[in-house]
Amino acid sequence: MEFLHAVIVLSNFVIIPAITYGSQLALGALGVTLVYGILRFSNFAHGDTMAFGTMVAILFTWWFQSIGVSIAPLPTALLALPIAIVLTALLLLGTDRVVLRFYRKQKSAPVILLIVSLGIMFVYNGLVRFIIGVGDQRFSDGSRFIISARDFKKLTGLDEGLAIKTTQVITVITAVMVVALLFWFLNRTRTGKSMRAFSDNEDLALLSGINPERVVLYTWLIVAALATIAGTLYGLDKSFKPFVYFQLLLPIFAAAIVGGLGNPLGAIAGGFLIAFSEVFITYAWKKVLTYTLPEQFAPSGLMQLLATEYKFAVSFAILLVVLLFKPTGLFKGKSL
Amino acid sequence: MTDNFKTYLLFAAVFLLIVITGFIQSWNSALFILNMGLISAVMSLGVNLQWGIAGLLNVGIMGFVGLGGLATVLISMQPVPEAWNAGGPRILAGLLFGVLTITLSVWVYKKIKNARWRFISILIFLVCSFFVYKSILTPGVVAVEAVNPAATGYLGGLGLPVLLAWPVGGLMAAGAAWIIGKTALGLRSDYLAIATLGISEIIIAILRNEDWMTRGVKNVAGIPRPVPYEIDLQASENFVNRAASFGLDPTTASTLFVKIAYAGLFGLVLLLLVWLSQRALNSPWGRMMRAIRDNETAAQAMGKDIKSRHLQIFILGSAVCGIAGAMMTTLDAQLTPGAYQPLRFTFLIWVMVIVGGSGSNLGSILGGFLVWFLWVQVEPIGYWLVDLITAPMDPQSPVRLHLLDSVAQMRLLTMGLFLLLMLRFYPRGMIPEK
Repeated sequence: MEFLHAVIVLSNFVIIPAITYGSQLALGALGVTLVYGILRFSNFAHGDTMAFGTMVAILFTWWFQSIGVSIAPLPTALLALPIAIVLTALLLLGTDRVVLRFYRKQKSAPVILLIVSLGIMFVYNGLVRFIIGVGDQRFSDGSRFIISARDFKKLTGLDEGLAIKTTQVITVITAVMVVALLFWFLNRTRTGKSMRAFSDNEDLALLSGINPERVVLYTWLIVAALATIAGTLYGLDKSFKPFVYFQLLLPIFAAAIVGGLGNPLGAIAGGFLIAFSEVFITYAWKKVLTYTLPEQFAPSGLMQLLATEYKFAVSFAILLVVLLFKPTGLFKGKSL
Repeated sequence: MTDNFKTYLLFAAVFLLIVITGFIQSWNSALFILNMGLISAVMSLGVNLQWGIAGLLNVGIMGFVGLGGLATVLISMQPVPEAWNAGGPRILAGLLFGVLTITLSVWVYKKIKNARWRFISILIFLVCSFFVYKSILTPGVVAVEAVNPAATGYLGGLGLPVLLAWPVGGLMAAGAAWIIGKTALGLRSDYLAIATLGISEIIIAILRNEDWMTRGVKNVAGIPRPVPYEIDLQASENFVNRAASFGLDPTTASTLFVKIAYAGLFGLVLLLLVWLSQRALNSPWGRMMRAIRDNETAAQAMGKDIKSRHLQIFILGSAVCGIAGAMMTTLDAQLTPGAYQPLRFTFLIWVMVIVGGSGSNLGSILGGFLVWFLWVQVEPIGYWLVDLITAPMDPQSPVRLHLLDSVAQMRLLTMGLFLLLMLRFYPRGMIPEK
């Protein structure tokens, strides 16, 4: 019984949140890793791309709510998602056309493109703050819980509750679907295969008659979809604040590098690794330990390894360890 | 000759902009722009060392600047004896234990050759020592933070002259840079970028949350000044008479005097650093650095140790940022950990370096002044512009109100566009490297 309680507390506060957060990070890291693999630069504007996509989703959610359209019990934001993806794709393609294509034609060094992406980051960031402001926005509606802690207790007769939020389930299901679709696309379709070929060896791909502009076009479309979905899911689960999205850049990059930059499978693994470590290390273990340990060893403190404010330190520490001992990442990534 | 003439002209133009600000707005704000411009110039000089001369991408400037700020508090604030009695030794012991742990695990890492045993033993050792470390540190921290939390609640500093904090800030930033450089240099350039981004977020998180050291978000105010206080000046007969002879009332004269005194100090530091960097740039060492930047393989073939040269210049550049951070906190006379934002303290400095001209010391100084001027002035100009454009609208229309409300965000947009346009059309900056 005690052990069961410990398991439930653990799932409620650690495992389920970590899976959710991990899915969001994985989607974000996939976007970063695709840009890195195909366009060959670290895109610092990715966090703000996510913020832009989410902002559009929020604006349309508000509009749908005002005209009474809803898909309850699911959140209205899901309905707004396709529109947000399209608009974000337009923004990214526009940016590519106006800004990035020039440097691609010049074959600029990756580090120059990185600096260019800093400029893009500023512009997107300003744009988002200009349109929606810097404040916190909650836009999740529909039913809040699949099963609430109280229902769970009533149902099972246990002392500890297990709450599963709707947004958590939606996040995981969407992430699985998106990842499956992405891998199907990359491995089975002609365009996907040409993208992989382009990423493996640009010159060889060009020789085989692959149109680079087409590859770039599809890359941005996919990145727009990934970024918007990741951002909207994160916003639904927590809340939307432009600055927080900018800060997500660090765990996302850590996830992509840990998994091996340019490797989609690695990005997913990295996302979950970072998320689980972050939640494990910032969780206060007191309750779980009280249930599992014999009474005389029950801890008196919170048993929290690090305060939540230091969650960035976790991604950073993992990143450092990987950089020191396995610079290409856990899965074989590119090293340019 | 024409190049030199253009340089003079550009500097004169920026100077003119500041003077115009003095006439149109007020001399106080003109001097504020000048002072922060001097500090920004020092920061961009540091970044230019790393990026312009060695091609190293540091996006953690905010962290090094924050360390400089921390140095100001640790050096110049008066110590709080009650807090020291309550938990000072305990905290010191905890920190010492932490350092010992890390030294010991590095030693173990070198000692054990079997990879798996090495990993397991170090992991167990680190986890156990972490709990010991926490159990030593936490009671001390709690005790210190309980001492009169509204006014102190921290250990205070050493009570030394504040000017000493500037070199110390540089040293602290250099230490952090050494740790980062050791791990991330020698790998791909993007890795250094991500690693520096990470360390800067962590340093700022420490400043915000370790109340026993920095009072966290409660801020440390009243940091001693290297220049006289306005009140003392106003009380001095001599100063009042001198001000009257210029036709100024004592209050204005004293605020201007203080700002000018700061500008003098900052100017001295800037001149010293520029002189040093110019000398370094034109020395054999500088030529070697540029050779490494332009072709690493060739430089390596000539027997240059690239990794340690990179480490060297990375540490130097970060130290310059640390000095600038200490100067800034001295000017503000308070440490506000909540105010450190990466867009303002990291990426804006990058705009300065790129706009000024990467690789050129004078360029990055010019960029520092110009971009800082724009950063301050875009908001009033933007407000005026939006007001003008939306004037035909109903004064209460929500669109107009929203636009006027979000004018403050225009500066990000402007800076981004400025950076992109410069990169596209003048990639070598306003004063290109020779």
